[in-house]
Amino acid sequence: MTFKNSTSKLPSSLLSDVDDWHTSTARTALADSTTSRVSFTLDSSLDSVNKIEQTAEQCAQRAGFDEDTVPHIAMAVREAAVNAVLHGNSYDTSKHVVASFETTSDSLIIRISDQGPGLDPDKIPDPLAPENILRGSGRGIFLIKAFMDEVNFRQLHPGTELTLIKHRPPAQSGT
Amino acid sequence: MSMKVKTRQVDGITILDLSGRITLGEGSVTIRDAVRDVLAKGSNKILLNLGDISYIDSSGIGELVSAFTTVKNSGGELKLLNLTKKVHDLLQITKLYTVFDVKDDEATAISSFSK
Repeated sequence: MTFKNSTSKLPSSLLSDVDDWHTSTARTALADSTTSRVSFTLDSSLDSVNKIEQTAEQCAQRAGFDEDTVPHIAMAVREAAVNAVLHGNSYDTSKHVVASFETTSDSLIIRISDQGPGLDPDKIPDPLAPENILRGSGRGIFLIKAFMDEVNFRQLHPGTELTLIKHRPPAQSGT
Repeated sequence: MSMKVKTRQVDGITILDLSGRITLGEGSVTIRDAVRDVLAKGSNKILLNLGDISYIDSSGIGELVSAFTTVKNSGGELKLLNLTKKVHDLLQITKLYTVFDVKDDEATAISSFSK
């Protein structure tokens, strides 16, 4: 596995880790030292979920988010990855999850896509409703929305792409 | 770090000391199996000590809810002890904090179970 563009924009610990990933594509450095873009194509496995979460945590730290916000971003991304692997691709080994992490001057943008049957966000039950409060599942999308500033769904035919956006703190924004 | 469970008995209450991460997969299954084992042995008063839980995701939250309803449906009680700030905040956000009986002192928790 090789990167098309090798850069030092991400921590060395992350680079050494992602070198072990199943497949990766298109990592591109942007203009200044606080921006970066990286994307990966991964198996539909819990191992991929853990690695996507780990990458999100490191990107959030690098983007300057505080110690309370970083775990929230990592959790939201983990939930999106779980949705893609479990509910989207149903652990199907022939299907993949694509995860991209882009740090711009004002935001951290994470996109997670699967090759599943598609997800209609309007049909997701409200987990806070009294009739749902004791359900054993169904809180993932709710937590994603709670922890991110913007969450967008896009149908891919087949599949779903979730875009998660967290605005960087002004003092930490790039120039 | 995977989740670990240690079981002990105090005054007829089964305390499960949990540590690590409660996430989709191993952590959630471990809790499910541990609670089932306790119920199978005839005890239905369970205190989940979450003091050493470093992380919990939506699957883990769902597993706590399922454990709560399973024990309640068996006529027993399941309470939570020593929530970390992260777990406390998640239960607040998901409106589950008031669903669970949450304690921060073991002795108080033990004495709160019905005799």
